[in-house]
Amino acid sequence: MNTLILRTVAPFITALMLLFSVFVLLRGHNEPGGGFIGGLIAASALAIYGIAYGVSAVRRAIRFHPMAIAGFGLLIAVISGVISIFAGVPFMTGLWIYPTLFGVEVPLATVVSFDIGVYLVVVGAITSIALALEERDHD
Amino acid sequence: MAASAPALTLLCLFLPFIAAFLAPVLTRAFGHKAAWLLALAPAFAFLHFASFLGEVAAGEVVTGGYAWVPSFNISFSWFLDGLSLTFALLITGIGTLIVLYSGGYMKGHPQQGRFFSFILLFMGAMLGLVISDSFLMLFVYWELTSITSFLLIGFDHERPEARRAALQAMVVTGGGGLLLLAGLIFLWNITGVTQLSLLVHVGDGLRESPFYLAALLLVLGGAFTKSAQFPFHFWLPNAMEAPTPVSAYLHSATMVKAGVYLLMRLNPVMGDTPAWQILLPFFGGVTLIAGTLLALRQTDLKLMLAYTTMASLGLLVMLTGFGADHAVEAAVLYLVAHSLFKGALFMVAGAVDHEAGTRDVTRLGGLRRAMPVTFAAGLLAALSMGGLPLFFGFLAKEEIYYALAHGDPRSIMFTTVAVIGNALMFAVAFAVGLKPFIGKHVETPKHAHEGPVLLWLGPVVLAVLGLLAGLISAPAHLYVSSPMASAVKGAPVTIDISTVPHIGLPLLLSIVTVLFGILVYLRIDSARAAMVRLLAALGPGPDRGFDHFVSGLVRLAVSVTRFVQPGRLEVYITASFILVALALLLPLFLFGELPDMPAWPRDALIQEYAFLAIALIGLFAVLKAADRLTAIVSLGIQGFAVAVLFLLFGAPDLSFTQFMVETLSVVILALVMTRLRLSPRDHRPRGQMLFDATIAIACGLGFALLLLKATQAPFNNALTEFFNAYSKVIAHGANVVNVIIVDFRGTDTLGEIAVVMVTGLAVLALIRIRVGGTRRLADNVPGKDRGAP
Repeated sequence: MNTLILRTVAPFITALMLLFSVFVLLRGHNEPGGGFIGGLIAASALAIYGIAYGVSAVRRAIRFHPMAIAGFGLLIAVISGVISIFAGVPFMTGLWIYPTLFGVEVPLATVVSFDIGVYLVVVGAITSIALALEERDHD
Repeated sequence: MAASAPALTLLCLFLPFIAAFLAPVLTRAFGHKAAWLLALAPAFAFLHFASFLGEVAAGEVVTGGYAWVPSFNISFSWFLDGLSLTFALLITGIGTLIVLYSGGYMKGHPQQGRFFSFILLFMGAMLGLVISDSFLMLFVYWELTSITSFLLIGFDHERPEARRAALQAMVVTGGGGLLLLAGLIFLWNITGVTQLSLLVHVGDGLRESPFYLAALLLVLGGAFTKSAQFPFHFWLPNAMEAPTPVSAYLHSATMVKAGVYLLMRLNPVMGDTPAWQILLPFFGGVTLIAGTLLALRQTDLKLMLAYTTMASLGLLVMLTGFGADHAVEAAVLYLVAHSLFKGALFMVAGAVDHEAGTRDVTRLGGLRRAMPVTFAAGLLAALSMGGLPLFFGFLAKEEIYYALAHGDPRSIMFTTVAVIGNALMFAVAFAVGLKPFIGKHVETPKHAHEGPVLLWLGPVVLAVLGLLAGLISAPAHLYVSSPMASAVKGAPVTIDISTVPHIGLPLLLSIVTVLFGILVYLRIDSARAAMVRLLAALGPGPDRGFDHFVSGLVRLAVSVTRFVQPGRLEVYITASFILVALALLLPLFLFGELPDMPAWPRDALIQEYAFLAIALIGLFAVLKAADRLTAIVSLGIQGFAVAVLFLLFGAPDLSFTQFMVETLSVVILALVMTRLRLSPRDHRPRGQMLFDATIAIACGLGFALLLLKATQAPFNNALTEFFNAYSKVIAHGANVVNVIIVDFRGTDTLGEIAVVMVTGLAVLALIRIRVGGTRRLADNVPGKDRGAP
């Protein structure tokens, strides 16, 4: 699998796909996309990198254990839901704020952080499965 | 009473649990002397409950409680009338003595703290049981007594006999508890009442209900197992594996009487029905005779007492259900008398065992000089158990005969049963309370001498109480027997029997009983030999049956597990898909819900046909693929074609997801295939292929028909309109699909990503198990592959 062509293009493809996955995640509220699809794209990106350079390269690149990433995502999702309780509205109610950053009004919401949580869970869970399966190829 | 009485009662209900919590710490600090401190808890509760005596004797009922589950009309409420108050006093009073006795008996045992803890836990459970008013509370405490009894019987858990006995008691009484739960639910459904105290007001409706017999049988199932009635009696003698304080407390004075308590509690409601008056005396009578005969056979002091306890419980059940005048009064008197003398005798047996090193009656004798105080207590208790004048047991026995002895055949039969049972119990009473102490001195394993005060205080107090209650019977009746009998009867009753004998039939029967008893006592060795021969002739009893039942159950479980969990993936998958196909197809056919054949679409576009064709080509490629890997990749062709179709029909999100899922599933499936090291080709025999193909086609057909049917139904677009209208306005998102996922139905998504996470963990775990290979735990070490930052 580790042909020269794949090895050469894999870093670029992975980087582009990861960037694209974040783009898909963030635009998801108004255009086709969202955390689930974004997560799947990112997981595919990591899978490509793994095929080209091997599992340990991927593990080094993402620094955290993929399951830790998934767990962190779940935590973010839960916190996003719980915040609304403290605001006096039912669990999972979307809360919005509109701060102005560098002169641009940026809509932020617990809904967005929830979607980020979904993204991380999907990336983490699928990557850890794929990596674990790939890893055993070498023994 | 002061306004704080309910709070204080609640405290008393929890006091044993609090003491149980503290017991290990206190025992570590003070050793066996912690008993004196721990006994304060039941003693306090005893005094608190005793303060209600006057009120209850005046015919009042003390109630209290708190709402528990108001929506189901379930409360945590208690109810103290003569019956529950007497039980509460017995539990806390004897409990106090038992805690002290345990201090002496278990002295130096490394687990003494745990023992105190268990016995106090049991005390709390038992106390809650007898003063519960609500059904649910009764059931919870009922099961708690079974569980704590399990812990106590299995206290010496290193001995297999103790473990078996504990399990047996748990299975029998816990199973009975489930019957009781079913019975209580029946009562609730029939009457709509969830409190015992209200049940009596709706008794007529209950007795006329067609489900009355079912409810009665279920409740009796609970009561008979708990109170060791034939044929569920076998667990009680086995429970003698427990340390003696447990036998004295649980298996004679309190827990085994829970069944009798329940029957007495329900007597005003269910008492006057034919089923009640047939079943109770019959099973009670059989238990009485079986218990006394089995008791004769034993040489172990504790086992002799255990079987007479079983017999006494039979007598109580018989009297409770007999229905004649004075039968209830007799049951009440006998219950109190029995708790006093049997508790004392058990403690005497334990003291003898503790000091002499054996409790085999044939190896004991002449202990009167060595253990005078214990001897006195044993003799007094035996006199009460034998029903000799001056003692409370005498009053009980007179009342029994007074109630039973009438001219009709039923009365004559049960009178005979009672006389035989009482006479045999008389013999056993003296075999335990007198025989070890008189006669020639017999060399015992340990050099016997009087035990410490903790060991003889309990039996002496109980035995003396049995005498005092008989001598000064008027206050005992006023405060205890009469209110309790009134509660059991459901109408005011006054008991006035005293120890002064009245010439009459009951006295005559008493004399017959005593003479017969003395005769058996004098010839107890030959009676025992005769019983041994008789039982050998009868063959194995229900105790052996229990073993067969348990091993049969285990075998059944094993074979069922082997059948449904063969460990072969093909079987699981085949079974799952057969079920899927059935679930899809059966309702469609059974209810005539098959879809109409749709008309061929005339306006389909060329590109739609093209991708449909590609999907079909993909399927064909899967079927024709030479090896598995090619098949998996070919499956991707079909998946991508479907994804494009989604796109063409205006579902970009769905299509997008489908693309990604297809890609990843091909990658992951390919990885799995290489991991599984399957042979590259498919070697299923043709028959198997056909079978699998049939299932696959059935599933596909089922889904297709279901989808067709769903699209043919008129489409309700209320939801579509709602989401389209509000997605932008209240959720600030133009992509309706995403807004539904993360906002409108966000909680669903939260659940789903949790499932994704758990699935990931499960897959990781599965990958790391390698059947037949070495386990490489090193894979698991987090951070191993992370590398240095």
